[in-house]
Amino acid sequence: MHRLRSTLTMLGIIFGVSSVIAMLAIGEGASRDAQEKIAQLGSNNIIIKTTEPVEEQSAGGQRQTLKEYGLTYADAERFRSGIPDVQVIVPNRRLSQQAQYRTHRVSIEVIGTVPWYPEISQLRLKFGRFLSSTDMHYKQGVCIVDENLVKELFGFDSPLGQHVKVASDYYRVIGIAAEQSSTTASSAFGQKEAQTAKKSGARLGSIYIPLTTVRERFGEMSLQVSAGSGGTLERVELQEVIVKVRDIDQVLGTRQSVQTLLKRFHKKNDYEITVPLELMRQAKEFQRIFTIVLGSIAAISLLVGGIGIMNIMLATVSERTREIGIRRALGAKKRDIVFQFLSETLILTLSGGILGIILGLSVPVLVTHFSQMRTVITPSSLFLAFGISAAVGITFGLYPAYRAANMDPIESLRHE
Amino acid sequence: MQKVDKTVNFETNRPILVMEKLCKNYLLGSVELRVLREIDLTITNGEYIAIMGPSGSGKSTLLNLIGCLDRPTSGDYILGGQSVSLLDDDQLSMIRGTRIGFVFQSFNLIAQLNVVENIEVPMYYQGFTEYESAERARELATMVGLGDRLSHRPAELSGGQQQRVAIARALANDPLIILADEPTGNLDSESGTEILAVLDNLHEQGKTLIAVTHDESIATGAERVIRLLDGRIKKQEYNNR
Repeated sequence: MHRLRSTLTMLGIIFGVSSVIAMLAIGEGASRDAQEKIAQLGSNNIIIKTTEPVEEQSAGGQRQTLKEYGLTYADAERFRSGIPDVQVIVPNRRLSQQAQYRTHRVSIEVIGTVPWYPEISQLRLKFGRFLSSTDMHYKQGVCIVDENLVKELFGFDSPLGQHVKVASDYYRVIGIAAEQSSTTASSAFGQKEAQTAKKSGARLGSIYIPLTTVRERFGEMSLQVSAGSGGTLERVELQEVIVKVRDIDQVLGTRQSVQTLLKRFHKKNDYEITVPLELMRQAKEFQRIFTIVLGSIAAISLLVGGIGIMNIMLATVSERTREIGIRRALGAKKRDIVFQFLSETLILTLSGGILGIILGLSVPVLVTHFSQMRTVITPSSLFLAFGISAAVGITFGLYPAYRAANMDPIESLRHE
Repeated sequence: MQKVDKTVNFETNRPILVMEKLCKNYLLGSVELRVLREIDLTITNGEYIAIMGPSGSGKSTLLNLIGCLDRPTSGDYILGGQSVSLLDDDQLSMIRGTRIGFVFQSFNLIAQLNVVENIEVPMYYQGFTEYESAERARELATMVGLGDRLSHRPAELSGGQQQRVAIARALANDPLIILADEPTGNLDSESGTEILAVLDNLHEQGKTLIAVTHDESIATGAERVIRLLDGRIKKQEYNNR
């Protein structure tokens, strides 16, 4: 066999197989990323967020000086009493603030929440305790600090029992938590993103404070300063309400009830409902389409590779007509000839397959290295790729092999 | 289906090849070309036979039939006590592999295989183990005087040497008949003489040789010369050696 010709022929299979592996790895990585992020939101949760309603500029151009919108404590109470399948309801305040410990200052998000917040989130307590109903009742100045903040804020000091200054008040640290959540800066690439977040002055993490304390100390008013028009005073009670249902089957029905309730009491469209379950379904559907598209591309490239293999094997067979005649005269049966050429094709495609797997394994590594995209190589994709190259070899090798076997021995011996 | 009996072993002077009213016709478009017409031929074990005749006399067709590369249109062909006229392709392959040893005009060695590997080819198809066939191939190569060229490729050998490899290959499965098609046709006279000596030697060892040739020197060396003309045996001459 010609070495150059074989190598060139194998390229089709090499690229086909490696693209199957690389595409599956990238697709799988993206899908797991999406699913993990969604799973962090909680598949039994319905998240209702306050959004600023679109301003209807009245003809008179009369500027509103006080804007009131968003979710209220009354809404949360209505969800609790009006919807049957609700397991827990978590109303949250979220405020951007600066936290200070001695001379260290960082940007943080204050989350005013309730003691049962961990039930609806991925929050894990590393040290200390979470908020208690006593903290709520007495509007204590205590807080739980995000793990990401510890090093920035406290350096080598032990944070438990220390006091952190947020706005004008001090809060005693009672716990350290780690939360894998899309709303905080920590995610799959926590370290890296935390670095960039620090540079750009974005929020590094969260500090959890009792909702009652936040309501008392921060109030519900905030001043939004916009260019040229002075300030607008805003009043928002809650930034989000998370409703958790008992069973995953109740998610969609409860979403309907939530929407109906909100529609009745909110004239403006000042909320947004997110259902992680729906997002998950969408992600799965997207993943399916993605797989089909990638699969077709890979299939086409393997088809092209296979046709290349067949082409080269046909050329080889016609070049070696004489040899086939000799072998037939010396006692080779038709199936011996089929076997000979089929095994040559298989060697060609399987070595192409192995090289393709090696290349296919290195592509996702490079992709991850250069683009920080997550890639996941599943063992099944390797078997799939190898199986495909074997199948291509057999499919496209059979015809040339049969052609070789069915040559007339007398004719082929005469062939020059 | 007839089973091919591999264990035939004939004594000298018993017929090992019998042809009765053997005909071969080819269709050329709508015209039927009668290439061989009622060939009757009996060859006994250990004979050295030259088949001669002008081109178009049916020599090659007869050679193909003897070599089981082709099937007769009618008539019977009995090789080693077994009728082979009606065997299927696989059975014919088996007969070729075990009972016929081919020696071709243009040597027909496989270019990418070395001397030993070329000699091994017929044994490979009969299921020899690699050790057995390599061992036997080396012996045969030594026998034809190529013991020092075992791993040479055909391109590195002279014509005479290549033909010796081909003869060694023909002997690999210890066939009933060595069938040579113009064995000296592509050789200079010196190499040709050498090859004839090798064939004579095989004959002396009791091998049955059938050579199709134009070469009168083979004809003089053979015991019997069969002359073909227009698809018929015109005459048979016996040489006294």
